[in-house]
Amino acid sequence: MTKGTHPSTQTRRPDWAALTIAAVLAVIAGLIFWDVSRLIGLAGYSQVGPTTVPYAIACCLIGLAVWTAAEALRGDFPERDHQEIGPAAWIVGGLVAQMLLLNTLGFSIATGILFALTARGFGKRKLWLSVPIGIAFSFVVWVIFAKLLQLSLPAGPLERLFF
Amino acid sequence: MGTFDFLLQGLMVAAQPMNLLYALIGVTLGTAVGVLPGIGPALTVALLLPVTYQLDPAGSLIMFAGIYYGGMYGGSTTSILLNTPGESASIVTALEGNKMARAGRGGPALATAAIGSFVAGLIATMGLAFVAPYIVKLALVFGPREYFALMVLAFVTVSSAFGDSALRGLTSLFVGLTLAIIGIDQLTGQTRLSFGVPDLLDGIEVTTVAVAMFAIGESLFIAAQGDRGPDRVEAVRGSVWMNAADWARSWKPWLRGTFIGFPIGAMPAGGAEIGTFLSYATEKRLTKHPEEFGNGAIEGVAGPEAANNASAAGTLVPLLTLGLPTTATAAIMLAGFQQFGLQPGPLLFATNPQLVWGLIASLLIANFMLLVLNLPLIGLWVRLLTIPKPWLYAGILLFATLGTIGANPSVFELGMLLAFGLLGYVMRVFGYPIAPVVVGLILGPLAEQQLRRALSISQGDVTVLFTSPIAAVLLVIAALAFLVPLIMRARGRGEVLTQLAASED
Repeated sequence: MTKGTHPSTQTRRPDWAALTIAAVLAVIAGLIFWDVSRLIGLAGYSQVGPTTVPYAIACCLIGLAVWTAAEALRGDFPERDHQEIGPAAWIVGGLVAQMLLLNTLGFSIATGILFALTARGFGKRKLWLSVPIGIAFSFVVWVIFAKLLQLSLPAGPLERLFF
Repeated sequence: MGTFDFLLQGLMVAAQPMNLLYALIGVTLGTAVGVLPGIGPALTVALLLPVTYQLDPAGSLIMFAGIYYGGMYGGSTTSILLNTPGESASIVTALEGNKMARAGRGGPALATAAIGSFVAGLIATMGLAFVAPYIVKLALVFGPREYFALMVLAFVTVSSAFGDSALRGLTSLFVGLTLAIIGIDQLTGQTRLSFGVPDLLDGIEVTTVAVAMFAIGESLFIAAQGDRGPDRVEAVRGSVWMNAADWARSWKPWLRGTFIGFPIGAMPAGGAEIGTFLSYATEKRLTKHPEEFGNGAIEGVAGPEAANNASAAGTLVPLLTLGLPTTATAAIMLAGFQQFGLQPGPLLFATNPQLVWGLIASLLIANFMLLVLNLPLIGLWVRLLTIPKPWLYAGILLFATLGTIGANPSVFELGMLLAFGLLGYVMRVFGYPIAPVVVGLILGPLAEQQLRRALSISQGDVTVLFTSPIAAVLLVIAALAFLVPLIMRARGRGEVLTQLAASED
């Protein structure tokens, strides 16, 4: 919805989340300027070099940051639905666990844990059941992709037990 | 040689047993993921990219195209029976189709969607075969500046012309463009934005970003909505066959939908959604049964479904002839071409005609396979809808990480997957579209290359970008595509554009 269609009664408060987005965009633009400034002087003949496009992008990002800030101050950003952090945190936890365990425990166990924690995020609470299911399922996937399709998936103790 | 000769040669390639097998795998997987709510064709192609490193290019591209077509078919099943479209191009189908299913006419709704998709897919693929050579000829006169203008047009239409906010579309696009400059500069070998991290020197993988945003971001978003109660799957009651009246009311919408959908898909103008909305509006105006619209009119399923598949074929026109992706799926298919060292465009038609024409011909074959898969076997796909959500999303994340691990089993890559997943989630929450990120990431380096070539030729003179008539016209269209919606939104007419949102998943 845009301005003018509905009179602003409660929407006048600045939207801090949206202002944060504007700040992040400005920071990214600053990062580009800082990084690319190293390359200056390398733009060869015709003034067009590796810095041209990054500068253009950074300038646009600053423009977008200003635009976002303006919309945030006017309260033009759409309403957000309530977000439940708990379930999402389970999934993030699963991904972190898989990332850290992958190279030591192998694909099946690490991914099985991701599988079970994701199911936990969606309401399957019985981890003693879903972890074995996840590991078994991941093992079958590992056999298909690593052995039949020759994809390099890290092996761990479980995989070495069989192959 | 004429188009027919090429097409016949292509059929010879496509009819090789291995390629038939790849096409079958593609359409089956495509239908399955099209049916599953929450994952669309873009994600599936991204997941399968690493798996196909070992295959030959023709085979895997045929498989990807099969997935794209299959996803378009499968999406209609979900929207008719579940009222939650599996991919956004099926939103309109849900309007009438789900009403039909509730009234016990789910069978004919599925049938008209499948046959309409078949008719449209066939005509539009022939259209692709006949239009492509002309565009290739046109594209041969394109220089760097014309390509740059074309890419600017694609950037604008993908990001800001449709959807509910030009600001958020453009922000997504520039996030993608920023990610695109990370790594080693192709022309000078300088490193940019890699901050000394060796893992970043190769740049950010398109597949990592696409999988993270579409699979992980989407899963986080769905999980964070909490438990909203189970969706109700409508059982298919009665005959799946259409009666004479259904046929009589369906064939014209099929054809109209095709002729609306194909040109829209073929223009660099965003996704398949726009054609489906236009087709729905047309059928609503032309129908002899206006009272049925909103309560399950078969025209409202037949037309948009045909338009949807026709624009999927249309999207392949700019992708194959110009190397210009206009949807997220096309962007990832472009990454698939690049994985084999192929750059779609006019040259590919000259250097690798077997591959291009084999791909086009295999689409015709895929269409026949899909008709068989979707009519008699519909019960099988309906079963997929009854997979409980926890297992479904656990499985989606398993396969999402599998692709990344298969491509590069490093902690760093998985960390990026998680980081982009969180970014995708935040973007979903704040209403930022995802497709522009993917298109910006893959098209950014190409656009930069063309721009720098054009400016090097002119020795830094920027006006050269506007002095070629073709480039000037394209840039004017791009400016209009940016400004007109902005004015429409400012005048409170933005709802139309919101409905046309090109937010493909």
